[in-house]
Amino acid sequence: MKEQLAKIRAEALSAFGNVRDAAALDELRVKYLGKKGELTAVLKQMGKLSAEERPAMGQLANEVRAALESALDAASEKMEAAALELKLRSETVDVTIPGKRVQVGRRHPMNTALDEIKEIFIGMGFTVLDGPEIELARLNFDRLNAEEGHPSRDWSDTFYFDTDERVMLRSQTSPMQVRAMDSMKLPIRIVAPGRVYRKDEADATHSPMFHQVEGMVIDKNVTMADLKGTLNSLAERLFGEGTVTRFRPHHFPFTEPSCEVDVQCHKCGGAGCPTCKGEGWIELLGAGMIHPHVLEMAGIDPGEWSGWAFGMGLERTAMRRFKIDDLRLIFENDVRFLEQF
Amino acid sequence: MNLSRKWLNEFVQIDVGDKEFAEAMTLSGSKVEGVSDLGEEIKNVVVGRILSMERHPDSDHMWVCQLDVGREEPVQIVTGAWNIHEGDLVPVAKDNSWLPGGVHITRGNLRGVKSKGMLCSLPELGLDERDFPYAAITPAAILGDYHPIDPAKPSIPADIQPGHKIFGPVVAAKVEEVTAAENGKWRCTLTYGEQDGPTAVIVKTVCPNLHAGDLAAYNTKTGTICTLDDLHAEQREFPNCRPSGIFVLREDCKPGDDIKPVTGLDDHVVEFEITPNRPDCLSVIGLAREAAATFDKPLTLHTPEVRGGGAGALAELLDVETPDADLVPRYTARMVRNVKIAPSPKWMRERLRAMGVRPINNIVDITNYVMLEYGQPMHAFDYRYVNGGKIIVRRAAEGEKLTTLDGKEHILNANHLVIADEGRAVGLAGIMGGLNSEIADDTADVVFESACFDGTCIRKGALALGMRTEASAKFEKGLDPMNTLPAVNRACELVELLGAGEVVDGVIDILNNVPQPVELTVEPDKINALLGTDIDGAEMFRIFEKLNFVSGGAQAVDPNRFTVHVPSYRGDVRRMADLAEEVARFHGYNNIPATLMRGQTTQGGYSPAQKLENRLGALCRTCGYSEIITYSFISPSAYDKILWGRDDFHRKSFKILNPLGEDTSIMRTTTLPSMLEVLGRNWNNRNKAAWLYELGRIYMPGGEDGLAMEAQILTLGAYGNGMDFFTMKGAVEALLADIQAPEVRFEACAEDPSYHPGRCAYVYSGSDIVGVFGQVHPRAAQNFGVDGELYCAELSFDELLLAQGPGRCYTPLPKYPPITRDIAVVCGEAVTVGALERAIRRGAKGLLREVSLFDVYRGKNLGEGKKSVAFSLVLRADDRSLTGEEADEDVRSILEALKQDCGAVLR
Repeated sequence: MKEQLAKIRAEALSAFGNVRDAAALDELRVKYLGKKGELTAVLKQMGKLSAEERPAMGQLANEVRAALESALDAASEKMEAAALELKLRSETVDVTIPGKRVQVGRRHPMNTALDEIKEIFIGMGFTVLDGPEIELARLNFDRLNAEEGHPSRDWSDTFYFDTDERVMLRSQTSPMQVRAMDSMKLPIRIVAPGRVYRKDEADATHSPMFHQVEGMVIDKNVTMADLKGTLNSLAERLFGEGTVTRFRPHHFPFTEPSCEVDVQCHKCGGAGCPTCKGEGWIELLGAGMIHPHVLEMAGIDPGEWSGWAFGMGLERTAMRRFKIDDLRLIFENDVRFLEQF
Repeated sequence: MNLSRKWLNEFVQIDVGDKEFAEAMTLSGSKVEGVSDLGEEIKNVVVGRILSMERHPDSDHMWVCQLDVGREEPVQIVTGAWNIHEGDLVPVAKDNSWLPGGVHITRGNLRGVKSKGMLCSLPELGLDERDFPYAAITPAAILGDYHPIDPAKPSIPADIQPGHKIFGPVVAAKVEEVTAAENGKWRCTLTYGEQDGPTAVIVKTVCPNLHAGDLAAYNTKTGTICTLDDLHAEQREFPNCRPSGIFVLREDCKPGDDIKPVTGLDDHVVEFEITPNRPDCLSVIGLAREAAATFDKPLTLHTPEVRGGGAGALAELLDVETPDADLVPRYTARMVRNVKIAPSPKWMRERLRAMGVRPINNIVDITNYVMLEYGQPMHAFDYRYVNGGKIIVRRAAEGEKLTTLDGKEHILNANHLVIADEGRAVGLAGIMGGLNSEIADDTADVVFESACFDGTCIRKGALALGMRTEASAKFEKGLDPMNTLPAVNRACELVELLGAGEVVDGVIDILNNVPQPVELTVEPDKINALLGTDIDGAEMFRIFEKLNFVSGGAQAVDPNRFTVHVPSYRGDVRRMADLAEEVARFHGYNNIPATLMRGQTTQGGYSPAQKLENRLGALCRTCGYSEIITYSFISPSAYDKILWGRDDFHRKSFKILNPLGEDTSIMRTTTLPSMLEVLGRNWNNRNKAAWLYELGRIYMPGGEDGLAMEAQILTLGAYGNGMDFFTMKGAVEALLADIQAPEVRFEACAEDPSYHPGRCAYVYSGSDIVGVFGQVHPRAAQNFGVDGELYCAELSFDELLLAQGPGRCYTPLPKYPPITRDIAVVCGEAVTVGALERAIRRGAKGLLREVSLFDVYRGKNLGEGKKSVAFSLVLRADDRSLTGEEADEDVRSILEALKQDCGAVLR
């Protein structure tokens, strides 16, 4: 009997090892482990054994059964794996065939640049302010020290809606400074982006409508050094860490002292190249300490409060950021342009 | 403003290179736009002396010259010019040299004769006769060069011989010898035959084109050699006797010298952008002050000294009245008599030229020179045309006419200020002189005007006449009234220096409104507090000292508080902030530290409206629409193009009175034409599809303060890539769903003229119309050049903001399974899916969770005017599993409602 079991074991294991398909494997299972299988047949002879032999033989028989079952499982698993492998191979796709198109719209590059700027200032506790584009000349000019007779008020420069020059298209976002001073509680930190209008024919660098963002802080003990610190960090955030800036004296009627801020040319590093017209620097924005008279006109005591403001052209920033060489592209809105951003 | 560095160095010696100069000036506030080297384009051009000249063996008009160019070996150059002689000094462009305009000169062959370069004319060096008046050429008519207009009828016979008569006293004469005489003239020995043998004469002439062997026309009566004019000949009859030729130098120079210093082309010119608050810097002296302060160098200014002594008493010769005193803060004038009009000297011409001003004659050049040097516009007019010896500065009479120096006639009005005599205007004050009092070659007595006019008046006048001149550009910024007297004295000093006339003693000086001197107190603490710096008072004092704000040295000054006197030319400095800017400029903006803001922090961020803007934009992009930006102004015809009625009240728009053009002349009250224009442009650029959105404003009249109500409209516009009514509707639904707008429904809209009457809908949230969308009316699309289907949606941002839901809350997920029942009902064609849906919802008994349309079918088997509409219904209870019976009961109730409300029956 012992020999029989050993024989079954050896034969069955060898048969399992050579089996090719699931049906054959099932046949083998029946042949060796089925109710009428060989192993069962052997076990049926257990009754003929003596009481002493029976436990040892029973144990052996169980061992053989376990060995066969485990070998059977292994063979079955192997076969399934092979079958799956085969199936998967038959399902192979050409991965170079393009994916199904998901149409996603794009943000206009000008607004992408604006979003970046807004985020930077919001992070510094600024509020974003919107205001009218059809504006009072009083706010656009008078309240900003550009009184009657200032050249920017000329009809050759500014769009008017009445002959009294009372209502106009704002020529800058700076009237938002005045609106903020008039309507907000001190201290104030605002940025005010928006459309502005000047009487320039459209060409590669001019447009009768363009966008600016105004920034303003009024607080106690605000200094020009603070202005520099803030604008330096703006430049670094916009153009990368280590961006070099340069502050140059300039003139705006509503700031004193006034400055223009240049960024060192990214192309030549300041040596001078066609991008920066040989100057080594590219103008970024105008800024300054709010003129005390502008504060006074808003009923703010310049002895107690001080502030700074800046104004920045957005198209130019976007053009620089995205290397766009013609301003007209911004307003043409050709999808081949828009989809690049 | 251009600045000659040579001229600058007369006042302050700055020895740094152009780049360093530009950088330093820019950083102290005088922005440099560029630096040009006047002779930059000229290379390898030197002075040469003509050693010998021979006629070209193979040409009837060229000369072969040997030149000394400062080397041992002479250089051979062939030229076609006839105005040169042996011994002349001329500019020689050597082999491998460069001339203005990128002209490269190399050696070559001219009809078989080698030529190692070129002799240069004035224009070839970028100069003209006004720069070097002595180089003007008056050619003689050389008979050998005669080419008759009609070969059959020559005026001069081809075989003419010396002594033959040409006409009247003019005979042909042979040039035997030419030698240089004084003042650039030539001494010619001529021979011409008479009955008793050849006669020789020696004639002086200015004509430089005669050489031994030439045959000239000699007028025996006047004793002169004839020019083309003398012979009444045309240029084409003497093609080589031209009034142009080589620039024969009369400068102090020698062979081999670089031509640039000889001709004044060695100057460097710096172009500044001067801000409008600094009109004082529109002058050499003003910039010299800035340069001196910037480089910490001494400034050497000079006070003009006038000898005077001209005949007559000024008070008797000239009287000035300024009836409009408010427009004439100051009027200063002097007179010069016995003027000798002539070219001005080389140094003056060079400086004018370097600054971009063309020399004209000594008197005009002096006025320009003083304007450049002092920044004070000057005018010179001919005294003989000032009738009555009286100058009246007055407003022009309505319709008064004046022809200005540029030959243009202007019709004036009371907004223009004129300089007039008793009878008529002789000049436009501060803009341009009158033609009727122009300085001419025979001008004997000159009035120099050095005035200060009201800036706004001059600016408006110049603008109205479209003639912004250098003078008006200066006046409009508001000039320093204290500058008129030194300027007029400087002009008179220059007259005497140039020997151009005799200055009459005395000055007419009318002071109507001269500003009082301004004193300010400098408090360094306050300046430091504004700048965020720690500059000590002594440094501030030094800055004000070098800016000429402090006189009399630094003795016993308290550095913590001191007084400065603002110079009259610094009208821009009036209070502490202005002083702070001066300190900052010369301390250096870039030496101010960069600090982070302290103080009370403020709460920043976006408002709810701004958040919704961002959200809607992001959602549009997710739906596949790209953002555009369009102009806010449109053409009035845009309303026609979108088919609005003639009297549609939305046409009432803000109208720009001075638009760039009709196309950008009104502020839009609808964004639709802007979107359609962009769609049309994309269509015409053959882009297959365009899905676009803009969140842009419209401008409705009737806002506060006479301003507009500026509402934002979310506009979607698209064609291509499967775009149709329901694709557009899908985007609108997605937008409204995302912001949780309640009770959204759609109603057919047949009355919006811009849209297809059968494919347009209003969007409602509750009872409010949020917007409209649909297929653009084909005629409107055509008006924008599109013959395909365009779809647009116009949604009011304000309504979207109102409709925005309160924010999302979690609803528990269903615990029990739903039962789905599909039904198909047949109804009349006119019954809408919306109506069927409403009936379904009405009929449901509380178990209905979802209704979705899945088919609309029309077929013969249904009968004419009928359709079958199929819905999928999802029923579910929240507290139990539904039984089939419960579901069936609901469905029965729904079918009943469909029948009652819509006449729809189960198919």
